Amino acid sequence: MSLLAQSLVNGLGQGAAYALIAVGFVIIYKSTYVISFAQPALMAAGATAVALLTVQGGFNFFVAVAITVVAAAALGFGIERSILRPMVGKPVFIVAIITLGLDVVIRIITNRFIGFEVRPMGDPWGLERTQVLGITFQHRHVAAFVTAGVILALLYAFFQYTRMGLAMRAAAFDQETALAQGVNVGTVFGLSWAFAAVLAAIAGVFIGAGSTIDQGTWVVGLKALPAIILGGLDSVPGAVIGGLAVGIVEALFATYQSTYMPWLGSNFSVVAPYVLMLLVLMVRPYGLFGTPEVQRV
Amino acid sequence: MSTVNDREREDAASPDAPPLDDAQSVSRTRGRRLSRRPKLYTSYRQDMALLNTPSKRNAVLALLAFAAVSPWLFADSLLFIFAVAFAAAIGAIGLNLVTGFAGQVSLGHAFFIAVGAYTAAAFTGDPDVRHIGLGMQWVVAVPAAALTAGLAGLVISPLAVRLRGLYLAIVTLGLVFLGEHIWKEWRSLTGGLGAGRRGVIVEVAGARLDRAGELFGIFMTAQQKMFYVTLILLVALAILARNLTRSAIGRAWSAIRDRDIAAEIMGIPLTKYKAMAFGISSAYAGVAGALLYSVTRVIDPGSFNLLMSIQYIAMILVGGVATISGAIAGALFISFLPFITRQAPVLFPFIATDPALRGGGLINVFQLEGILYGVLIIAFLVLQPRGLFGLWIKIRNYWKGWPFSY
Repeated sequence: MSLLAQSLVNGLGQGAAYALIAVGFVIIYKSTYVISFAQPALMAAGATAVALLTVQGGFNFFVAVAITVVAAAALGFGIERSILRPMVGKPVFIVAIITLGLDVVIRIITNRFIGFEVRPMGDPWGLERTQVLGITFQHRHVAAFVTAGVILALLYAFFQYTRMGLAMRAAAFDQETALAQGVNVGTVFGLSWAFAAVLAAIAGVFIGAGSTIDQGTWVVGLKALPAIILGGLDSVPGAVIGGLAVGIVEALFATYQSTYMPWLGSNFSVVAPYVLMLLVLMVRPYGLFGTPEVQRV
Repeated sequence: MSTVNDREREDAASPDAPPLDDAQSVSRTRGRRLSRRPKLYTSYRQDMALLNTPSKRNAVLALLAFAAVSPWLFADSLLFIFAVAFAAAIGAIGLNLVTGFAGQVSLGHAFFIAVGAYTAAAFTGDPDVRHIGLGMQWVVAVPAAALTAGLAGLVISPLAVRLRGLYLAIVTLGLVFLGEHIWKEWRSLTGGLGAGRRGVIVEVAGARLDRAGELFGIFMTAQQKMFYVTLILLVALAILARNLTRSAIGRAWSAIRDRDIAAEIMGIPLTKYKAMAFGISSAYAGVAGALLYSVTRVIDPGSFNLLMSIQYIAMILVGGVATISGAIAGALFISFLPFITRQAPVLFPFIATDPALRGGGLINVFQLEGILYGVLIIAFLVLQPRGLFGLWIKIRNYWKGWPFSY
């Protein structure tokens, strides 16, 4: 029982980071109807920036995170303005493939900075842990969970109570109508990319926390894909639930699969989210919370 | 071509062409072109011909003739890249069928290529070594690879029918990850990560085509032989694909791509044609996989990853979406990219050859190659959405209309 609870706690901690990346995906999707395949690379770039700033640059961890967040926002805004803005109105497939190309470019530039070494994150949590009721809580997981909660609450407040948030919701609902009401849709696009990049960078920090960054870290960012498909592409709560679900499924498989299903091979937990995604899509083609597309000729 | 157009053409050409109401003269001109009017079609056959203009026919024949002699012109190392490129071109044509023509975005092409490669390797493998091998002939193994990969595509296709657009792209992406896991774990077939297994053994009627030796009384190196093998299969499969796309099946695919619901209302069964697109595309990928690892000697299970899928996407985007010749051009371009980037350090000193950048330098050649995939995808999509094929059309139209620019 405590083993089950333990893997659930670990899964939630890891899932919080996935949820952050997934929310970034959804914000971009809602405003531009495009899945940005560049999210994993932005995640790795953010994590690398923090790791290099703290360990090589000697900055305080939180200062490093703040610098990275600002840089990530600028990067996201810049990418949208320079590369994706000319493609507005083109088929979504084309734009999605462009983000795939962006992912490759950003990833390789990031890897250039990582090199062949493993980079420690330099975070204050490390592998410290606290025992409560026989369950070990890793501080980094608690921090990830709390941070994700705070960020999501802030995002909710932003979308619900600010003018810009309202504009973004309007643009997500109907771009042309929003445009007619005086919403600057271009700014909305740029802002959603900036948000997504920041969320990815923060998620990267928590994925690297207590661990290290290397050239393979970006693969972790792809786990947000089953998360968003699971929750539905256009649902922010769906992305959060999907992210946490992916984290939990992964942790459960890591704990139990070697005992009960050894024939699936070692490290099956890494691909288990994709199997879960396929199963959910067989039943609900638009994910758990996604809006089914209205089909008109 | 509609009858109205034919009539207009014939009317316009009346000073040159014999009067059409005379049945005898029609039968006399049928199949014969007038030298001053190369664009004049005097029969339905000419209009439907694969090489419908003399210049197209001459260009293709010249290209094929050049290809036929090139094993005696180029060095073996270049011939090797050509053979790989031809095999990749078959895979790119397959991807273009499903993504370019039928409009179903597939990021899972690497998976189907792996299925083909491992099927062929298992069929031709030596039964006595530790990896699965049936010791069968290569000519059996390649169709078997096509069939197995095609079946895998058919198994996936119900998902494609249920899902649309980007949902499908992500699911096929998931397929690549699941595949990677299977290839890493199924050690009796693949040899496991890092070790790999032997590639496909190419033995036809007792002659080893993947080794140097005499063939038809001529001594040829392995690269020369494999160049011909891949070239012949590429030409055959390219013609097949070209005919497929201009038949009812191809038109149904295009209709589905342009608007699936409209296509359905016009009486095109979506399930059938989407399944067909995935099946045929995967079969092409299977042949490509079998050929790729007939040319290269070792199959590493780690190579069938997302990057391979992106490379194939890059091939069709750089070459030209929904064109067969574009897919071939794109495959050649992308396959020669590593060769080109390896020459780069000579010209640009900031590009290092050492992977760890020990001798200084801004980026190494492998990183440059990777970045170029990404940059090429972005640049072509933003600047030249129809790829190399579109570039060619632009050049052709310029000279066609010369000296007028319209």
